Amino acid sequence: MTTTVETKNLTMIQGINEALRTKLEEDDQVLVLGQDVGVNGGVFRATEGLHEQFGGERVIDTPLAESGIVGTSVGMAANGFRPVAEMQFLGFIYPAFNQIMTHVSRIRQRSMGRYTAPMVIRAPFGAGVRAPEVHSDSVEALFTHMPGVKVVVPSNAYDAKGLLISAIEDPDPVIFLEPMRCYRSSRTEVPEEKYTVKLGKAAVRREGEDISVFTWGAMTIETMKAVEQVEQEENITCDVIDLRTLYPMDKEAIAASVQKTGRALIVHEAPATGGVSSEVMAVINDTSFLYLCSPVERVCGFDTPVPVYSLENEYIPSPEKIKRAIRRSVAF
Amino acid sequence: MMLDQFPMRQILNEEGQVIEGEQLPFSIEEVKRFYYLMLRARMLDKKSVNMQRQGRIGTYVQYEGQEAAQVGSAAALEDGDWMFPTYRDHAATLTFGHSMRNLLLNWRGRLEGGLPPEGVNIFPPAIPIASQLPHAAGAAWAEKKRGTDRVSLVYFGDGATSEGDFHEGLNFASVFQVPAVFFNQNNGFAISVPMEKQMHAKTIAQKGLGYDIPCERVDGNDITAVYTAVKEAVHRARSGGGPTLLEAVTWRYGAHTTADDPTKYRDQSESERRRETMDPLLRLERYLKHQDAWKDQWVSSLEEEISAEIEQAVEEMENYPEADISQLFDHVYDVPTWTLQEQIDEHLAVKGRNG
Repeated sequence: MTTTVETKNLTMIQGINEALRTKLEEDDQVLVLGQDVGVNGGVFRATEGLHEQFGGERVIDTPLAESGIVGTSVGMAANGFRPVAEMQFLGFIYPAFNQIMTHVSRIRQRSMGRYTAPMVIRAPFGAGVRAPEVHSDSVEALFTHMPGVKVVVPSNAYDAKGLLISAIEDPDPVIFLEPMRCYRSSRTEVPEEKYTVKLGKAAVRREGEDISVFTWGAMTIETMKAVEQVEQEENITCDVIDLRTLYPMDKEAIAASVQKTGRALIVHEAPATGGVSSEVMAVINDTSFLYLCSPVERVCGFDTPVPVYSLENEYIPSPEKIKRAIRRSVAF
Repeated sequence: MMLDQFPMRQILNEEGQVIEGEQLPFSIEEVKRFYYLMLRARMLDKKSVNMQRQGRIGTYVQYEGQEAAQVGSAAALEDGDWMFPTYRDHAATLTFGHSMRNLLLNWRGRLEGGLPPEGVNIFPPAIPIASQLPHAAGAAWAEKKRGTDRVSLVYFGDGATSEGDFHEGLNFASVFQVPAVFFNQNNGFAISVPMEKQMHAKTIAQKGLGYDIPCERVDGNDITAVYTAVKEAVHRARSGGGPTLLEAVTWRYGAHTTADDPTKYRDQSESERRRETMDPLLRLERYLKHQDAWKDQWVSSLEEEISAEIEQAVEEMENYPEADISQLFDHVYDVPTWTLQEQIDEHLAVKGRNG
């Protein structure tokens, strides 16, 4: 017997919208709040149609105040609701940093489990869409370094829907980072019905023998371009692993791939120093040191502020840089 | 000008007399109850300062002088309401039903300080200044969405009104008309910085005008005025009238904490003068004496009763089992992540214990 799953061909932003709609329909405690998320449907249309369907009590246009959005969400979450708060851009999250660091991440411990913050903070992030200054920051490492929260980064519609539903259902607070470049860059078949993608599990995007490339978010685009080229041009085949959850990271997937290929490269657009690549290297070191045939490589953003967009193509790791690192590793 | 617009509401003056045009809406028994609750708070505070000096607890934050503000506001809440304290508000949390033992454990660096008894809605004391105001707005918002008549009451000091979260909390509460009472204790100093360096405004109450919410200034050392003002604000919140900002003008006699020396930034003789003139307990003592309702024997029996309660709590605090290592790891996540679990296992292996 076969069952047919009804699917739709969706962009990532539509996948996110479906996840929110699914949870708003299913769970009265779920609320969506933030600047412009109501009547306007969000500046990227992530919440389009939700205000009409669920009303202003559940899809809430808030004052323009990130700390207030996150801080009131803490109070609502501790008092029984499951808020999904939107930061309009990740670069606008800094006023809320105190709330996230001192309350969202630790109210569970501070109250010995009496109060928890089962909430999601969504934020579009990353460069490459010619956005104004500060709109393109990629500061996932600020949150992977914060005990008490989980950090998730989808790269396509299927993952976005399944991961966001998992994030909303998770008992811990989740920072849900949405690469703006992926919002409409591709379409994927997405089941109409509810499904989840487990947090903490990576996805193998391509299988190869010579090197493991670990990446996430919009850098999956550059990485796939680069690995297709090195395969065609130089017959180097690559494992490409989309980590999807940056904390807690999928240790088994990292180890399995590196132990197969013996080489590793990490690609992210955040500044190199202190970036999540360092943690991937630590996992490789802990699990697979003796399997390595060459030093672990990384291709990252510079230790500079993410630039204004006239310079962003210089900043974002390019397929050429990724190819160069792959060749260097394989030739070592 | 604003001082005229926001006169300090008072019912009992420093002499313990009902001021002209006011009526005291409390029986002698109710006044005696207020006195008892403030005495209990003061004795716990004094005991705590002494224990800090003796090394029996760590750095301690005292509130002596602010009992009327804290006890009066807490007493105006009902079971099921929410309280969001700072680190200086244990007179309030004690009055609202927190465990005295757990409050003491807080000063022994124990997480139990953030854990109130079952069914008592008190958040752990907020350390980052003003960060608790949005929480109070959020918890009240949740009650409003559920259609209950529960309210939030949140404490903060004069310095907190300079923080962004003060404004964001008030603004959210005002925009969404949530049942929250913002209770400011203006004790004149943010550690060393006096009110006049903190703000050009002459009052804190006037800051409520910007949010178009009821706001009032009250004598924070007159428990009858504090209780009455908070009761009105709470009633308004319960009946759908939205948030209120209250400024309770008070004074801390002592240092910011036991780690601070106030003589570096202020003349402490002012504190001594205020003990003789404006003290919240002295005011009720004077009132009760005017009413011929004061008996030294009554007070000494109260002191005896409270001392026994405090001694019991101190004993429980001192005999409380040492913090278990598990408390370090429990409640960070619902279930420890693999990274944390590896760290736990390694730590316990070094300690010679099994995970």
